[in-house]
Amino acid sequence: MAAWLLVAGGSLHAETQAFGLEMPAADLATATTTPTFAVIAQADPYTGDMIDPSLLGTDAESAGEGTAETDDDLMEEAVYEGLEETAADVDLLIQRLPEGSFNDRRAVAEELAATGDPRVPVVLTALVEGRLLATGDDPPRILIRAETGRAGRDALTGEPVDADLIASGRRVPVHNPLRNALRNLIAVATISAPDPERRAASLRRLMRDDVSPDMLAYLDERVELETDPRVTDLLLTVRALARLNVDDPEQRLESIALLRGSLLSEVRVRLEATATRDDDPEVREAARDALDSIESRIRFFRFTENLFFGLSAGSVLLLAAIGLAITFGVMGVINMAHGELIMIGAYTTWFIQTLIPGALSTSILLAIPAAFLVAGLVGVAMERGVIQFLYGRPLETLLATFGISLILQQAVRTLFSPLNRPVASPDWLSGSLHVNPLLSLTWSRIYILVFAIMVFIALLLVMKKTSLGLKVRAVAQNRPMARALGVRTGWVDALTFGLGAGIAGVAGVALSQLTNVGPNMGQAYIIDSFMVVVFGGVGNLWGTLVGAMGLGMMTKFLEPHTGAVLAKIVVLIFIILFIQRRPRGLFPKKGRAAEA
Amino acid sequence: MLTRRLFLSDWGGMAVLVLLLAMAVAVPYANLVLPPESPWHLSTYWVALIGKFLTFALLALAIDLIWGYAGILSLGHGAFFGLGGYAMGMYLTRQIGDRGVYGNPELPDFMVFLSYESLPWYWWGFDMFWFAMLMVVLVPGLLALVFGWLAFRSRVTGVYFAIITQALVFALMLAFFRNEMGFGGNNGLTDFKDILGFPVQARETRVALFVISALVLILAYIASRFIVTSRFGRVLIAVRDAESRARFSGYRVEHYKVWLFVFSAMLAGIAGALYVPQVGIINPGEFAPLRSIEAVLWVAVGGRGSLFGAIIGAFAVNGAKTWFTTAHPEVWLFALGALFVLVTLFLPRGLVGIFRRRRREDDA
Repeated sequence: MAAWLLVAGGSLHAETQAFGLEMPAADLATATTTPTFAVIAQADPYTGDMIDPSLLGTDAESAGEGTAETDDDLMEEAVYEGLEETAADVDLLIQRLPEGSFNDRRAVAEELAATGDPRVPVVLTALVEGRLLATGDDPPRILIRAETGRAGRDALTGEPVDADLIASGRRVPVHNPLRNALRNLIAVATISAPDPERRAASLRRLMRDDVSPDMLAYLDERVELETDPRVTDLLLTVRALARLNVDDPEQRLESIALLRGSLLSEVRVRLEATATRDDDPEVREAARDALDSIESRIRFFRFTENLFFGLSAGSVLLLAAIGLAITFGVMGVINMAHGELIMIGAYTTWFIQTLIPGALSTSILLAIPAAFLVAGLVGVAMERGVIQFLYGRPLETLLATFGISLILQQAVRTLFSPLNRPVASPDWLSGSLHVNPLLSLTWSRIYILVFAIMVFIALLLVMKKTSLGLKVRAVAQNRPMARALGVRTGWVDALTFGLGAGIAGVAGVALSQLTNVGPNMGQAYIIDSFMVVVFGGVGNLWGTLVGAMGLGMMTKFLEPHTGAVLAKIVVLIFIILFIQRRPRGLFPKKGRAAEA
Repeated sequence: MLTRRLFLSDWGGMAVLVLLLAMAVAVPYANLVLPPESPWHLSTYWVALIGKFLTFALLALAIDLIWGYAGILSLGHGAFFGLGGYAMGMYLTRQIGDRGVYGNPELPDFMVFLSYESLPWYWWGFDMFWFAMLMVVLVPGLLALVFGWLAFRSRVTGVYFAIITQALVFALMLAFFRNEMGFGGNNGLTDFKDILGFPVQARETRVALFVISALVLILAYIASRFIVTSRFGRVLIAVRDAESRARFSGYRVEHYKVWLFVFSAMLAGIAGALYVPQVGIINPGEFAPLRSIEAVLWVAVGGRGSLFGAIIGAFAVNGAKTWFTTAHPEVWLFALGALFVLVTLFLPRGLVGIFRRRRREDDA
């Protein structure tokens, strides 16, 4: 008892410690030796948002040509190259920018933003960044200094100008309140950008700042014009957020009704502010109500996410354990080398990938039957070479197969390398499915879940519908009787073991997409696999399915509260206690054979 | 009468005991008295190494007792070994006092590093040797009592028991890897200075620890021998060979199993406690499932069901391991794996079985 108390006491104490150094030494070692590849992300010049490098397409390519130009410069380039004829009124407005006070400048900028001229965002960005210059002429020439270097261009025409002229220009002054206002205006100006991604990004930026009610008219206009449904959604949300600031409580209530159920964190922040600070008690009440509805939606999606993670973890466990359900469950052989058969499957995947480089999808699909064959053959060899002499002595089998597992591990280490092998994933396996801002599911995990179920069904069919399955079950139930009826039991044993081993190999193909492929990978699964089979009930494939999914869910639903390691410990202790209550698992084998 | 029962017809055991006694005398002599130039001089490295083997032999004895005589295969005896080791490690850590890197007289270094305010309650008392020694047997014993009582009462046997003991040791490993447990996390407990006022690193202390290990092993052997030759032991063998029949004959099978399991766990705990000062470190690696399975192999190699076989097996396998890992490290896992396979296939009674069979042939 004392030891359990020690465990519990230790973990209670742990909650007060902020230190989370839970990485085992080996992981630390790999973490420090693996170079970190920083994702080269670039910031949108308008909104300051980080944008996906793939969206930058041409920009990124031309930047690769060795020019020292920055993103902003390139963007400017694009704007001015596309400029066919310049609107004279916009030119005049731009020329009025250096005049007067900060407030005058702000008014001019607002007028500019409303024109929709493509040069406006460029000019205003330069102004925010202090790169907008004016010469002393009348009317002044407005220049934009390049972000790097001392040269620049004319703000109206985009013609390059030399460094001397730039040096003679005076900076158009800005201060922080003006900068903030300008950023909003830039966002407004980009809402009309031709690229829907740009529009969406600028709307997201608007959402983060306080949207002033004066922008409402403009937003209304955009709502009418917008064609992309995703951007329309964002526009409506931004408009509703802007309306939270209007004086009319009716309009505020209307926008709260519209914001109900939105999962964006900005919306939640604003609603919280409204719920506490609004003057009108009715509006406060409505905001609180909307927040509650959002909270419950968040809870729902968190639950869905946990459910998915649980199913995903369960599918991995299922894949790892299902081969064991055959060898251990049906044949009663404790195969401690099961994890190494998974490893062989994963290495087969890697090997095929190196054989046919460049064809990732083909190699993955080829790897499935190949891994089945390779691991299956190793399994048959194990059965014929060692295990067949040990039937009826489960503990000795356990030790012998453990020896085989050590040999296989060392063989892989000697043949290939003790280091992990890189296994690539095809495109359709990477990335994730974005359901909403709170919920995104990785494709690889979805595929592996589907794959695990398919393997399970295939195995179920083999066991129930084929003559091999019939013989396997006959031998499992009553070996002497099966032999008396003409079943070649030795042959059936070898094939059954090969089948279980082959399935382990197939599991290795799937797991190679999720985890590192190395000589030790098998050991990570062996204990979990045994837990699943023992928990589900030996000799019952359905038990394995329920056991795997149950344990997967349990781990993932515990993890948010306890952390990964403690969740695992809790699950192990749960299984230890569960076995006491039901020593034969969830779905025990029935009948006289069960006692043997 | 008692000596007759203990030692008669246990020639192998007698031989091993005599050998151990001889070692307990000869090793100190060879290390401390003989000059380093002498061909018979034994360096301190060897003293520590053989001392470590002695503690492994004690662990093997503990496993053989339950596996060989009650048919209980525990793949988690490393749990008890490790807990005993940690109890000793905690005592040794408390003896460091203010000589740690941070010089805190109250808190061990890792606690200062993890900004503990005060000593956790479960560290209380470990500055006293007698208390630590009590915990060395009590903690593994209690864990074994609870675990064994739960398992044997619901008739969890054979393979199932093996697997849940593995789960136990795995869970302990994960738990002790956590810094929040307050046992030093990854690094475990190390950098020991004194034991009972004697410097741990000193040659004399190491020799003393060696002699103590040898004597404890001898005592444990005699105690185990006492148990298996008693009426209790004969019931155990009945349980091993036909559990249902023993139960139907009116024996409370689970009681026999639980008490033997507890005794075995205590032996393993003592082994761990003797192991830690000799190697100078205890970390969660001791709880690795592989370590526990390896310990079962010592018993299998030596000969399951003969107590002295376990001792021989522990020495044989670990001797081979030391030799392989220094001479041919890449071959060691092949050799260990092959040993597992070959012993189970061809030597079901272990090394001891070779002699036994020959003697039976002589008799015939």
